[in-house]
Amino acid sequence: MSTVEERVKKIVCEQLGVKESEVQNSSSFVEDLGADSLDTVELVMALEEEFETEIPDEEAEKLTSVQDAIDYIVAHT
Amino acid sequence: MAKRRVVITGLGMLSPLGNDVASSWQAIRSGQSGIGPIDRFDASEYNTRIGGAIRNLDMEPWLSSKDARKTDAFIHYGLIASCQAVADSGLESYDALDRTRVGVAIGSGIGGLEFIEKSVITMEKGGPRKVSPFFVPASVINMIAGNVAIRFGFQGPNIAITTACTTGTHNIGYAARTIAYGDADVMLAGGSEMATTRTGIAAFSAARALSTRNDEPEKASRPWDRDRDGFVLSDGAGVVVLEELEHARRRGAVIYGEVAGFGMSDDAHHITAPPESGEGAQRAMVNAIRDAGIRPEDIDYINAHGTSTQVGDVAEVAAAKAVFGDHAYKLAMSSTKSMTGHLLGAAGAVEAIFSVLAVRDGILPPTINLDNPDDGCDLDFVANQSRSADLRYALSNSFGFGGTNGTLIFRRYEA
Repeated sequence: MSTVEERVKKIVCEQLGVKESEVQNSSSFVEDLGADSLDTVELVMALEEEFETEIPDEEAEKLTSVQDAIDYIVAHT
Repeated sequence: MAKRRVVITGLGMLSPLGNDVASSWQAIRSGQSGIGPIDRFDASEYNTRIGGAIRNLDMEPWLSSKDARKTDAFIHYGLIASCQAVADSGLESYDALDRTRVGVAIGSGIGGLEFIEKSVITMEKGGPRKVSPFFVPASVINMIAGNVAIRFGFQGPNIAITTACTTGTHNIGYAARTIAYGDADVMLAGGSEMATTRTGIAAFSAARALSTRNDEPEKASRPWDRDRDGFVLSDGAGVVVLEELEHARRRGAVIYGEVAGFGMSDDAHHITAPPESGEGAQRAMVNAIRDAGIRPEDIDYINAHGTSTQVGDVAEVAAAKAVFGDHAYKLAMSSTKSMTGHLLGAAGAVEAIFSVLAVRDGILPPTINLDNPDDGCDLDFVANQSRSADLRYALSNSFGFGGTNGTLIFRRYEA
């Protein structure tokens, strides 16, 4: 079974079209991984799908880095 | 103000016959069919289970998988054909190119049908929160033109005319006028379509428009043949680079041919069927001939709309006879849809390319599957085999739902 961290990074790679080696825990979706505002919305939708959870919009806006996403998922699932 | 002359300096195409212009044109010259069984979805419950698909397309050279996922297939096809046309034109290596004077006019008959279908299903299952933020830019019709502008930095006029099966022709005609009138020096123009989806096939099938010759897909598109039973729906895209003549000369561009004339009209008759007389088609052809400043007798070849439907094929023959009189029996008129099937909004664009190449190469494309011409279908349809001919002017017709008609005339380029 993959860890939350591995699963989050896999989704980030798929959604943003980046290589695994480019994705660090500290990577910012917009500044480091080239996401635009629409990409980040779809990324959150993919995380919801993977972890069978619902992330409210006001929470989703705060998820700006890979670590933010990991922390949120760990705390809420 | 005198009209500026407009020439064609780049071509791009994806068709059921091949994923570029060279392979598609070679297939046309040798009279091959691109029609086969539908395999994009399970069509076993459909009356029509055949179509013309784009096969074995490697998008990676033009489109990352990330960008591909965010756009419908009709945009993939249109964007790739555009990239091919730009590469073919050599524009990218012309340092003096003023990108504010380069525009785009590329449309689609229907747009992102597959993306729309999938999004509706996703929403039905998961609710409104499951609809992708890319739904609109992935599926609306002007997003080929928008993406091409972004890709190449073309900041001139940007438009996507949508007129059903006349889309490709209208975009090319409009783009030529944009250059002739002085609003741009270069235009990418054409159309793209991917409508062989679950609802696309179901809907055209319900309208009794499609051939059901499922056991012999390669024989299904048979314009003017007495055993024709409807058209075959196909996918693909065609894009041309149009350029003001002096601009093309200045940079030493290869010139395929010249856009000599453009004409439009409407039947004002019925939403899907033309009048038997083909009156609207006549007016489009007459308007294009007048715009070209030539006589009807100057036309050597007609690339017909010729979809393989009962009413449409006969009406186009009637229209040709009315416009050309005795000359209708001297010129050649063929339907490349007998090989490609009907690409809807891309049809006029791929047929413009075939018309230009016919004139350049002195080759009349054939109408395949024409075994027994129907009553009254007695013109020279170049039955079953292409042949050489000295061609100076080719005319290309497109007729669409809503009764909208468009005609382009191409002239052989003589330096």
